[in-house]
Amino acid sequence: MNTSNPAQPREHGVNDARVLALRVNGVLQQAIAKPGTTLLEFLREELGLTGSKRGCDLGECGCCSVLVDGRPMLACLLLAADVEGSEIRTIEGIADGEVLHPLQQAMVDEGAIQCGFCTPGMVINGVHLFERTPTPTRDEIRTCISATVCRCTGYNRIEQAFVTTAATLAAGGGKAGAQ
Amino acid sequence: MSGYNIVGKPTPQIDSRDKVMGRARFTDDIPLHNPLHAAILRSPFASARILKVDTSRAAALPGVRGIVTGADFRRTFGVLVISKDEPAMAGNRVRYIGEPVAAVAAETAEIAAAALALIEVSYEPTEACLDPRVALKPVAEPLHPGLGRDNNLHKRVEQCYGDPDAGFAASPVVVEKRFSFASVTHAFTEPHATQVAIDGRGNLTVYSATQVPHYLHMAMAEVLEIPEHRIRVIKPHLGGGFGGKSDPFPHEMIAARLALQTNRNIRLRFSREEVFISHHGRHPTTLTMKLGYDPQQGITGIDADILIDGGAYGSFGVVTTYYNGVLLQGPYRIENLRFRSRRVYTNKPMCGAMRGHGGVNPRFAAEVLLDMALVQAGVDPCQGRIDMIHRPNTLTASEFRITSVGLKAGLEEAMRRSGWNEKYGKLPYGKGIGVACGFYISGSAAHIHRNDRPSSTVRLTIEFDGMVTVYSGAADIGQGIDTILAMMAAEVLGVGLDQVKVVVADTQLTPVDLGSYSSRVTFMAGNASRNAAIRMRRLLVAAACQLLELPPPAWEKPEPPADYFRQGRRSPDYSSDYLGPNPDYNDGFRLANGQVTHLGSGRSVPYLDAVRRALDGPGILQTHGTYRSPKLGGNYKGAAAGLSPTYSFTAFIVEVTVDPETGFVKVDKATCAHDCGTMLNPLAVRGQIEGCIHMGLGQALMEEIVHYDGAVQNAGFLEYKIPSAFEQPEVDLVPTPSDETEGPFGAKEAGEGPLAPIIPAIANAIHDAVGIRLTEVPMRPDRVLAAIRKAGAA
Repeated sequence: MNTSNPAQPREHGVNDARVLALRVNGVLQQAIAKPGTTLLEFLREELGLTGSKRGCDLGECGCCSVLVDGRPMLACLLLAADVEGSEIRTIEGIADGEVLHPLQQAMVDEGAIQCGFCTPGMVINGVHLFERTPTPTRDEIRTCISATVCRCTGYNRIEQAFVTTAATLAAGGGKAGAQ
Repeated sequence: MSGYNIVGKPTPQIDSRDKVMGRARFTDDIPLHNPLHAAILRSPFASARILKVDTSRAAALPGVRGIVTGADFRRTFGVLVISKDEPAMAGNRVRYIGEPVAAVAAETAEIAAAALALIEVSYEPTEACLDPRVALKPVAEPLHPGLGRDNNLHKRVEQCYGDPDAGFAASPVVVEKRFSFASVTHAFTEPHATQVAIDGRGNLTVYSATQVPHYLHMAMAEVLEIPEHRIRVIKPHLGGGFGGKSDPFPHEMIAARLALQTNRNIRLRFSREEVFISHHGRHPTTLTMKLGYDPQQGITGIDADILIDGGAYGSFGVVTTYYNGVLLQGPYRIENLRFRSRRVYTNKPMCGAMRGHGGVNPRFAAEVLLDMALVQAGVDPCQGRIDMIHRPNTLTASEFRITSVGLKAGLEEAMRRSGWNEKYGKLPYGKGIGVACGFYISGSAAHIHRNDRPSSTVRLTIEFDGMVTVYSGAADIGQGIDTILAMMAAEVLGVGLDQVKVVVADTQLTPVDLGSYSSRVTFMAGNASRNAAIRMRRLLVAAACQLLELPPPAWEKPEPPADYFRQGRRSPDYSSDYLGPNPDYNDGFRLANGQVTHLGSGRSVPYLDAVRRALDGPGILQTHGTYRSPKLGGNYKGAAAGLSPTYSFTAFIVEVTVDPETGFVKVDKATCAHDCGTMLNPLAVRGQIEGCIHMGLGQALMEEIVHYDGAVQNAGFLEYKIPSAFEQPEVDLVPTPSDETEGPFGAKEAGEGPLAPIIPAIANAIHDAVGIRLTEVPMRPDRVLAAIRKAGAA
């Protein structure tokens, strides 16, 4: 799935491509990328990590959210070259093997997932919220959820999943920072 | 309900782990081998003749492998057989800003984009028709001259049942208003995407974000002029549809044409802007409605004149034109109904089916007028409605067959739970409570393509290891039909959900299902899955009888009772699929917990033993199940519009806070009674209703597609605002069961019906809060404020 093919003609600047090395989900990943390659393109096209979704490519929908050095960022607005040396966590790196993060588990159990396209963005932002704020207020939860556009659920079940997660964490279940 | 192992239990979607871990593959996530990247050049003019398309410079660009233009397509298409008016690519004229004019396939997306800039199109702009009222007047050059009209009328429907004028004349209360509705769009999160793989024999495998894989398959063969058997359509995971992916689309044809031209795999995906300008959303509507009311008789008449703005092409528009009128026949009894509904073509992106298709805007008008009438008559808005709700097992004016209705008790309970009697008319200024009701089809009884095939067919197999596989063409678009299909089979066969796999929405592997629209899949594909599983159950029971040395069971086809209302008025259809009474079946066995138990003797055999014995002879265990609506309705033109095997019913009681200083409306709470019969999966039903509230809230208060000279001005999520978690109200769902006997285990639709009534319920609550009647939707703060000031000045 390479969009950048170094064998292609010079007219389009692909000869500017170079090897980028990014630490993604704890693994150093290398691939050839052009200077304009966004982090989202790098993840999806070069590394095949398609869990981060391309919903708008404009920073509007939040479906491409990833954690960059622990902070949620919109991968479609970042250049891959600018996050070299950073620690990237994508939706693929949130569960501990097959053991889901408490928020992931709550999203499943509470029916917070319909089409699932926004789900990675919701989870990424939520994981960050719970790492900083294990017992968030309703407003903090809604602010976090509002980082991602969901058109299916009306957000009620998602909000409930966040509430459940807070309760799980307060009861000592799960590990908010599990990786 | 309590007797079921699976049905009625809150069940997460069977693929939710894949979704929450990022594993679920949506169309654009699928890696094809070395694909070309396609991009579409779109018209900058709302109306123009195309004089020349020069692709020579683009073709000379290194890396460009294929180019298509209007000349590569001879046939037009459309989801409805009766309005195949859309070209895959503009030929000699363009009809809206954003219409595809040419497309390129190149080695990289960058090269494809660069090539588009090198295509030279000579246009001669012509006068655009943008105003639906102007569209009704004669013009020199209609958008679709082939219709033989001198104006831009697409479809006109006039129907009259009973005598509305006599009804009005005898009514103590008659109210009339003019309403207008902006266009709203689906705004699903996954942009349209299509990938086409081509093999060495020229066969196409089309991965596409579509709600209608089989329609796409057929339309594509027609447009490409290749045999249907060279095409295979697969719908991967799909990121929301709401009707916006329920047509075959030009870009799907374009991608396939490029694959055939280049003999290479093709990858095509939309930008968010392209999604907005492709639209297919709800029609902008103006309508005038008159409603008569008599406290003794209820609604004495409705007369509606409806004008809907269809944009450039037909899509589902003929159906929309009908639905705008015929869906006024519920949820209340009404004998006298007259409507004139017209759809016009304009030079704007086309409108089509969107959640609640055709029924949403007239429902608003009817519920607001009814509220006015009840207030004038001094009748409580809830109680007045309750008294008029359709009774079970009745026919409406145009012969909709109303079977199960649980709304009366549901709305009564909603009144109690919301504290209606303590709140209505008694809240302080700025706080209000309002009610509205609705109903909706559970799939259409009539087919788009006239044939005698079932609406849904399911194939079901059990392999040697005991794994059950359901093969269905139904399209899971996020609503969870894959899970429902599995639940139906698991319930009947007595296995756990983990022992059922689904193979879905693949036109090579799965039997025909007409798609996910009109709220049909749970009802129809669910029935087909249940029926296939019952046939399989009989094979297993027969095998168990052999192992238990019991006489083989006799499966008798019961005769239908002569007055069996639910089997259709004119043509009782006791098809081969009548597999015992629904929702319960009793064959003398219990299949559960891995055992097949003979109830009479209490003896049992393990499920796997029964499977293996059943396999002994044939070597394969395969059954099928189907669903097709009984024949319903009258024999006149248009009688089929809105006919459904059963209908859902909904009531909303909504509480709002209106800020009289800013005109800002906050919906605080929504109490919903939705009669979908048996809730097969309560988790999914809740999700559907809450999603309907979200989308209805958006249309009610903020969403509108804004055009300027035919161009969409707000083609992005920053400009087209949808409600966030902060706007979504607290939701109280009132259990509203009904005695439904035709749906699978007694289920009816839940995905669309709950959208329409939330909007007028908000309007009626605003009236209770600040005493204004709004007739323009969305009910933006500026409109609310203007109405408050006007009321204050009066």
